[in-house]
Amino acid sequence: MLFNSSTNRIDTSAKALRKTSFWFAAIALLCLLCADLDISTVDPWHELSLMAVGALSPSVWSWPTLLSSLANTFSFALQGVALAAIAGFILALGYGSTIVRAFCAFIRSIHELFWALLFIQITGLSSLTGLLAIAIPYAGTLAKIYGELFEEVDRAPAHNSPAAKQPLTHFFYTVLPMAWRPMTTYTSYRFECAIRSSAILGFVGLPTLGFHLETALGEGHYSEAAAYFYALLLLIGTLRFWLQKRLLPIYLLAVFYYLPPQAQVSWDLVVRFITEDIVPAPLRGEALFTASTLSEFANWFSLLWQQQIWPGLINTVVLGQISLVFTGLLALLLFPLNSPLFFRRWGRTAGDGLLILLRTLPEYLLAFLGLLILGPSMVPAILALGIHNAAIIAHLVGRHSEELVLRGDASQGLNRYFFEVLPRIYRQFLAFLFYRWEVILRETAILGILGISTLGFYIDSAFEEFRFDRAFILILASALLNIGVDNFARRIRLRLHLKTAPESL
Amino acid sequence: MAALTDQPLFELKDRRLEYQEKTVLDNLSLCIYPGERVALVGGSGAGKSTLLKALREQRPNQVAWCPQQPGLVPMLSAFHNIYMGALDRHSFIYNLGNLIKPLPAARREVSEIARSIDLEQQLYSSVDKLSGGQQQRTSIGRALIQRRSIFIGDEPVANVDEYQAERLLQLICQQHQTIVLALHDIEQALQFCTRIIGLKDGAIALDAASEQLTANDLASLYDAV
Repeated sequence: MLFNSSTNRIDTSAKALRKTSFWFAAIALLCLLCADLDISTVDPWHELSLMAVGALSPSVWSWPTLLSSLANTFSFALQGVALAAIAGFILALGYGSTIVRAFCAFIRSIHELFWALLFIQITGLSSLTGLLAIAIPYAGTLAKIYGELFEEVDRAPAHNSPAAKQPLTHFFYTVLPMAWRPMTTYTSYRFECAIRSSAILGFVGLPTLGFHLETALGEGHYSEAAAYFYALLLLIGTLRFWLQKRLLPIYLLAVFYYLPPQAQVSWDLVVRFITEDIVPAPLRGEALFTASTLSEFANWFSLLWQQQIWPGLINTVVLGQISLVFTGLLALLLFPLNSPLFFRRWGRTAGDGLLILLRTLPEYLLAFLGLLILGPSMVPAILALGIHNAAIIAHLVGRHSEELVLRGDASQGLNRYFFEVLPRIYRQFLAFLFYRWEVILRETAILGILGISTLGFYIDSAFEEFRFDRAFILILASALLNIGVDNFARRIRLRLHLKTAPESL
Repeated sequence: MAALTDQPLFELKDRRLEYQEKTVLDNLSLCIYPGERVALVGGSGAGKSTLLKALREQRPNQVAWCPQQPGLVPMLSAFHNIYMGALDRHSFIYNLGNLIKPLPAARREVSEIARSIDLEQQLYSSVDKLSGGQQQRTSIGRALIQRRSIFIGDEPVANVDEYQAERLLQLICQQHQTIVLALHDIEQALQFCTRIIGLKDGAIALDAASEQLTANDLASLYDAV
């Protein structure tokens, strides 16, 4: 015998990473078996070619509409993030408290489109609705990031400071200055996301780019849609040239002047919405805790559970899992585009340009396009989530690979990819992917609004039927699912010792 | 010494060699012929590594390279790190298969090398679990598996004990026709190499057959400027 079995088996420090990856992929394969992957359109190429023609011949039907929707998109985003940054900062100060953390986790677990659907019932299709729909979930996210940054800041200066006994002085003199730079970097990245969110709010009726995009796409006016689409790309793509820090106060004044947050609120309506509409139907106006109301409520809930919550949850998890693994695979395929180990100079600039372009496309819009081309199934959603998220992760993994130094005789091409680079970046890649998991799941739920039967589908239908009580319970279910996954992902990251500096996730 | 009628394997003429944009060696002229076993000696910063790198770049496809920073992939096993020296000899599909699960032929080839460098016990552990000496032996293994006629090594045995160092140098000498090594151990240089090149102050201060030299002759290379 050449080998004995104990030394024969590969025993590497990356064993846990491989095992985890294997199980995630295996579960995703299982999910594929029970996912609806039909392509129902007879001739997808036909619609695609029409879109391609439209994309090549953009035409603006009405400049005032285009410009005003562009301005609205920008305004909602800037106002929303400004408010979210202030609220998030205040919340982050109390981030040590479990209640504050849970509160932040809760408000960010509800997608901005769901917040919008809720607020539309109270404040109508108003500028206040747009502002709040963005500000609330973003405040939760920013609070988390700020809070974690404050915790991570090196404690050494604090111990040397005579101000250590005054918590606030201590905070402003030692913690904040050190956390400030990553805070601003992350907030400006979040602003880019907010523009996407703001554009997407148009899909539920607010006057942003998405509103006109949906109309134009739905009616097959692809040239007109292309114009709105390019306007969105241009807005996001040029941000760094004109949105400078010192001009920020001017932009803020301008957007609040242009689109003051206001709404015609009827307080009666608000009270009715909170005390009646969202209260489960069997409980309305009844004495609680009587045997008959309780049993009626139990019936009501079990019916809702069987027909909507459970299938919605299952579909969300199935689609989320497939999309997560697809995102990972695509990111591994794409990251060399932004890696100096594979492309130099112009090649890399072009490659990273492509990744940034793909990242700029909102997944919701991609999924909408996919549905038009491929018909309703999970396929467009998987593609959309994969493309958008993979571009984000690939960009970061590529940049991470800058730090690797290969030896002079390192192999080239595919051998280099699999032997030299992939093993070295894999840990960081998994860290990014698991960090992104929660976002992917949130988006999975929301894509239901487009007709894929995830939780969002049932939520949207409930709003359409004015059954706000059901919508409310379903939104809670999606929030709980996201919180659960967020915790689970964090536990995996800790167990596998995956670290992330979440600058642009 | 090799027959001087041979074509030189490596030839530098009035070359200036730079390291991180600073000139390390200037007006350097040097020929190395097939069959020579050359030791580069000299204090740290004398330019040994820079010269070795320049030599390797002259014949990248004939040189088995063993740099001072072994550049191993920490999370891969020693088996895979050694096998990486043989990537060019196999098809990509075979390489990929072997990455996922070591294949019998590759196992045989690599474990034979592992036996010769005394790494059998650790062969299937990832190299981040290995000691500095074991990592260095892995790096030598990666050079040996290339089965090339020229070996260029930058302090290839600096991290292993004396006894092992001798064995490894012997092995390297057996399996390669031409050898260029940077060595800080003068005894080893005199024992295993046929020609000693001493570097000092940006130039070649000494270039002679090792039979004509004693350890004392080399000591002056390490004197402070």
